[in-house]
Amino acid sequence: MTTNPIDYKRVLDADGAPVAGETVPAIGRDLSLRMYRGMCETRMLDGKMLILQRQGRIGFVGTAIGLEAATIGSGAAFDAKDWIFPALREGGVAVYRGMPLLEYVGQMFLNIYDTSKGRQMNNHFQHAASNFVSWSSCIGTQLPHAVGAAHAARIKNENTVMCAYLGDGATSSPEFHSAMTMAAVWKAPVVFVCIDNGWAISVPSSRQSAAPSYGSKAEAYGMPGVDVDGNDILAVYRETLNMIRRARAGEGPGLVALKSYRMLGHSSSDDPTKYRDAQEVEMWRRRDPIERYRKYLLSLGWLDKISDEKIQKELESEIDAAVEANANAPRLALRALVEDVYSSVTPHLRAQHDELIRVLEQFGDPAAIEGRFPL
Amino acid sequence: MAKLTIISAVNDAIRTAMKHDPRVVVFGEDVGKKGGVFGATDKIQQEFGEARCFDTPLTEDGIVGAAIGMALNVLRPIAEIQFQDFIYPAFDQIVSELSKFRYRSGGQYTCPVVVRTPYGGGIRGGLYHSQSGEAFFCHIPGLQVVIPSTPYDTKGLLLSAVRGADPVIFMEPKRIYRDPSLAEEVPEEWYEVPIGKARIAREGSTISVICYGAMVPVCLQAAIEAEKRGISLEIVDLRTLLPLDEDAVLASARKTGRVIVVHEAPKYCGLGAEISALIAEEAVDSLEGPILRVAGFDTPFPNALENYYMPDARRVTDAVDRMMAF
Repeated sequence: MTTNPIDYKRVLDADGAPVAGETVPAIGRDLSLRMYRGMCETRMLDGKMLILQRQGRIGFVGTAIGLEAATIGSGAAFDAKDWIFPALREGGVAVYRGMPLLEYVGQMFLNIYDTSKGRQMNNHFQHAASNFVSWSSCIGTQLPHAVGAAHAARIKNENTVMCAYLGDGATSSPEFHSAMTMAAVWKAPVVFVCIDNGWAISVPSSRQSAAPSYGSKAEAYGMPGVDVDGNDILAVYRETLNMIRRARAGEGPGLVALKSYRMLGHSSSDDPTKYRDAQEVEMWRRRDPIERYRKYLLSLGWLDKISDEKIQKELESEIDAAVEANANAPRLALRALVEDVYSSVTPHLRAQHDELIRVLEQFGDPAAIEGRFPL
Repeated sequence: MAKLTIISAVNDAIRTAMKHDPRVVVFGEDVGKKGGVFGATDKIQQEFGEARCFDTPLTEDGIVGAAIGMALNVLRPIAEIQFQDFIYPAFDQIVSELSKFRYRSGGQYTCPVVVRTPYGGGIRGGLYHSQSGEAFFCHIPGLQVVIPSTPYDTKGLLLSAVRGADPVIFMEPKRIYRDPSLAEEVPEEWYEVPIGKARIAREGSTISVICYGAMVPVCLQAAIEAEKRGISLEIVDLRTLLPLDEDAVLASARKTGRVIVVHEAPKYCGLGAEISALIAEEAVDSLEGPILRVAGFDTPFPNALENYYMPDARRVTDAVDRMMAF
């Protein structure tokens, strides 16, 4: 990115006060507080999962700490019938849309509560009931899926809008180019939500693209793009909703670029002090999206110390209960090794499974018995 | 019933699928007005409209990626990759996404996509219009890899692919697309040839020749030569490479005790290696001689010398002679 100042859309200033002349989205108290709760829940889940990881109880965590306005603000703008094609850090959106905490935590423990049957790496959430689609670890590959699903919606005369999340790094992927091109040509109802968290593992945004901004990339594809202060949840919500409304009205796709900052490492396996400046992190710490929104809600009187504490306590007990329930969950049966490769287990795969069972029975492994196919 | 070539059977299958199932959509590069560079979608757009048969921008990863999204949203996409040689930009979509959606989502999301693509040499297409990359796809659990060799099987297998629950890489032998000698009666209605089942293209007793696609007519020709010398070749047309019809391969190997595998793709790590290993593991006690492979060279695909690169009846006959001399 160039160092030219970019016109990031903002609704709230750094202290959570509405910026003069900016339209505050008219979302009312309930939705405002629901979004606040979603942000807090995302952060608390990340914190709890990190503790579990450090205790050695789960293997990997990729947090969204610092990105809660970008994820929840954009996710909240979509309808329940819309589909979310997530990237790594949108698990909070899944929970916001209705993914049970039991399944969320189960995905981290890789046990029977994990609907992906323990196959995915941690932090790869899905929730089919709320149209939160399974993600692979491959960067940008989900983008043409969202375009195809959006085009299918149009063919079927449904007014569903697809949300395609991506990070700053994914804008360099071939599928970003393919998806943006196809979406614009087909006028597909898809909104690309690029969360620029400053870093693709250790590569800064300045080494990712020489474009004036990520939002500016939209123009060449023939769709609108907007750059937004991604730590301002009301701006995120308002600008995402604008693009969703256009898309739903048949006016085609759009790109919402949310400037934010990944406060922790890429994952629990990454040490960001090796490649970035503590001062930069500190600067972004002062821009914390939750603090900013909290100040706004307090100033309106929609939140006070007591109700805030109540929210935090509720969240904590819900998450702790989910962790507790997961701690003693049964392990996955061995047949999960060969199931779901095809719609039915082929004789070839069944033979491979049975061979393993035979070896385990001979050399010993209690899981072998529970892993048997029923007849 | 009409007498159809392989390419017209593809067209007929697409038309039949679209008539029977409103969820079927067909797209790719030049498939619309032009009807595809080989004519596979000739007049489909005219008949079914632009919403169901449409051109895409020139992006193979986009084509397969969008097909996955359409299938997730319960359409039945038939995506065309104009030449199999051009499928590699979509390799990530095929390997990382298409083949793994069901598995990685624990069955919550599936993508029954059919990717049709013409493969193989014989049209003077040089390096980039001639390749046989089936082995790449056969190494990817979750895919089904289908290669027909007759018009009847082409339609029946393509309809099976469209109706099935799992993704299919449907590779069409373009060298014999229009071969009039292969034209045969093909029913107008919907019928299916099951995926995962091989076909005995010619019964025999001395040597099993295992082949598929454009090599089937080559091997049938070699069988006529062999018959003149009193050697009876059994020609096994695999039709589906993944999942492989292991029972059919092993039954023929046990019956004749002698096996030659023929394919156009490079020999090294080709399907011949897998089939040889399967027979060695499961039926070694039936064998009367070594398993031989007749294949393309372990080089890129040539142009001027393509007829020497691709196995022909002479090279198959030579393998027959070597087998009988063992």
